Amino acid sequence: MTMDPLIQLIDVRKRFGTQEVLKGVNLAIYAGKTTVIVGESGKGKSLILKHILGLVRPDGGTVLVFGKDINAIGRKELKEIRSYFGVLFQNAALFDSMNVFDNVALPLRERTKRSEADIKKIVGETLALMDMTDSDEKYPAQLSGGMRKRVGLARALVLNPKVVFFDEPTTGLDVAKSNEIYRVFYRTQAKLGYTAVIVSHDVPKIFKLADYVALLHDGVVQDCLTPEDFQTSTNDIIRDFVEKTMGHIYDSEQMEATP
Amino acid sequence: MNAIETLGDRTLYYVNQIGRMGIFLALVCVSVVKPPYYKISYVTRQIYLIGALSIFVIAFTGVFTGMVLGLQGYTTLRKFGSEGFLGSAVALSLIRELGPVLTALMVTGRAGSAICAEIGIMRNSEQIDALECMAIDPHKYIMAPRYIAAIVSMPLLTAVFDVVGIFGGYLIGVVLLGANEGAYFQSMYQNVEYADISMGFIKSLCFGLLVVWICTAKGYFVHLERKGGFGAEGVSRATTNAVVLASVAVLVFDYILTSLLL
Amino acid sequence: MNRLSIETAVGLFLIFGLACLAYLAVKLGDVHLFGSDRYVVKARFANVSGLKEGSSVEIAGVSVGKVSRISLDNYQAFVELLIDRGIKIQEDAIASIRTQGIIGDKYIKISPGGAEEYIPPNGVLSETESAVDIEELISKYIFEQKAER
Repeated sequence: MTMDPLIQLIDVRKRFGTQEVLKGVNLAIYAGKTTVIVGESGKGKSLILKHILGLVRPDGGTVLVFGKDINAIGRKELKEIRSYFGVLFQNAALFDSMNVFDNVALPLRERTKRSEADIKKIVGETLALMDMTDSDEKYPAQLSGGMRKRVGLARALVLNPKVVFFDEPTTGLDVAKSNEIYRVFYRTQAKLGYTAVIVSHDVPKIFKLADYVALLHDGVVQDCLTPEDFQTSTNDIIRDFVEKTMGHIYDSEQMEATP
Repeated sequence: MNAIETLGDRTLYYVNQIGRMGIFLALVCVSVVKPPYYKISYVTRQIYLIGALSIFVIAFTGVFTGMVLGLQGYTTLRKFGSEGFLGSAVALSLIRELGPVLTALMVTGRAGSAICAEIGIMRNSEQIDALECMAIDPHKYIMAPRYIAAIVSMPLLTAVFDVVGIFGGYLIGVVLLGANEGAYFQSMYQNVEYADISMGFIKSLCFGLLVVWICTAKGYFVHLERKGGFGAEGVSRATTNAVVLASVAVLVFDYILTSLLL
Repeated sequence: MNRLSIETAVGLFLIFGLACLAYLAVKLGDVHLFGSDRYVVKARFANVSGLKEGSSVEIAGVSVGKVSRISLDNYQAFVELLIDRGIKIQEDAIASIRTQGIIGDKYIKISPGGAEEYIPPNGVLSETESAVDIEELISKYIFEQKAER
């Protein structure tokens, strides 16, 4: 890997009270690639995203985004960096008081000086890309979980970001709904060519769309490998994770499989 | 040793809280004044929620406060044979003290709690994070319209409270108990001075800022609450804290302002 | 009936609130929004003890204005009176400080004169009569009685 990473975390540490959640995370994210962070739930995967987004300040270590330390720059510069970001939050984080159209239009209205007609066109196109054409007037409370996430993704993509972060995009969705999300993801990435960072534990399906897989275990990123290398890694912890998540469910199957 | 540690922990927590609420207030004030400006429709919506919807509650409390002042004032003043001062007694108590304070308390209960809960839920469902990631400043987008709305609404609500209260006092004192109508209004016009009106006005402005500040800040920092701020329970706890703190702060500031303005 | 739109409700609220505020300020607080409909007359008194800014000015028992400012000028009390525009005061009118009842508030009584000329705005009322100090009166009375004996 000769090219410089787009985003780099160096020895990032974070503790809450007495609990040390991140114990020196090192991770590099490359332009145009899809990096997936896997690991057990509630162990700080989303926290890594929040560090990259500058929402959380690390106790130690540095977060470099586009080569700049995100915690050392001013508000103005941070704002500029964030304008290249799109984020799909875990529960989509749609604004309850606005309908679908206004939710998606918000970044355009607040961040650009486009005319209302332009906005209407862009929002319509983006929502069409999400297969969400007839829901403009609905409020988030009236949508299903999958639909909310697609609206959330539409909102994240409407300003054509360079990097898109997905926080557990399929958690809480059934297989059909999560396949829909993946379909939309493929479609939009092919069209817009953004760099993706996905936090997920939808193993093994997530391996199909990943260029790199990183395992967060015990507050440390064990390794960041291609999916193929990841599944055949000799690292004990990774092997253990792969076995746990991709292994057989029934003991009997396992018995049959072992000679 | 443990007790000392707890003491230190709490002190740090409260110092920290005061600091972050102060910085929060400063940031919001800057974003109120500094362009680019938020849309006028956001402010309108907040004035609707904070002011317009509160008006019936305020009128209702106002008229009963005035009525009880009329009743109490009349029976007390009659002992000294000075029912003629009923008007000024009612008007002065309303304009200087009861109007601003009771309005602030009612607005805290009606609108302050709603603001705190709404912002708390926005924080917990990552809507505030989402705004920040869209490079939209939540101080400007969420807070500034609420601050402006509160500071505009509070004096108006207080004025409504005062006027309705004066009318309530008239209803009981003059219509029901038979104090002299001319004396009621004449003593009021003569004894209420510009200083009284401006005192009530300044108080209501300060209370407006105080209430909206405490309620927004408590909601905004719900995730930093000491006993854990996540989930529905966290929001409910933050809301309770906000209402209690805002009410107490209104009463404390009432004393401070009165002593400064007198 | 349609529910009120937010804008209408806010508009009504603002109008109603401002009306109440205006009532308080104009009617009770004596704030004059649309220019002053009163003019200033100045007067010098040797003693204004007990008179306050805001005290009323009366002619024949009818309130025609109020005291707007009291200051000290050359060891004399310099008082500015705000008089309703419709009321004209003759040049030789006498301004005297009186008390409502024995221990009531001090006010300024203007006794009309007979001159043809009226005092212009910002003019000075030259004939004045100072506050009567009850204590002084009483002590004078007592000492005079003593002296008679």
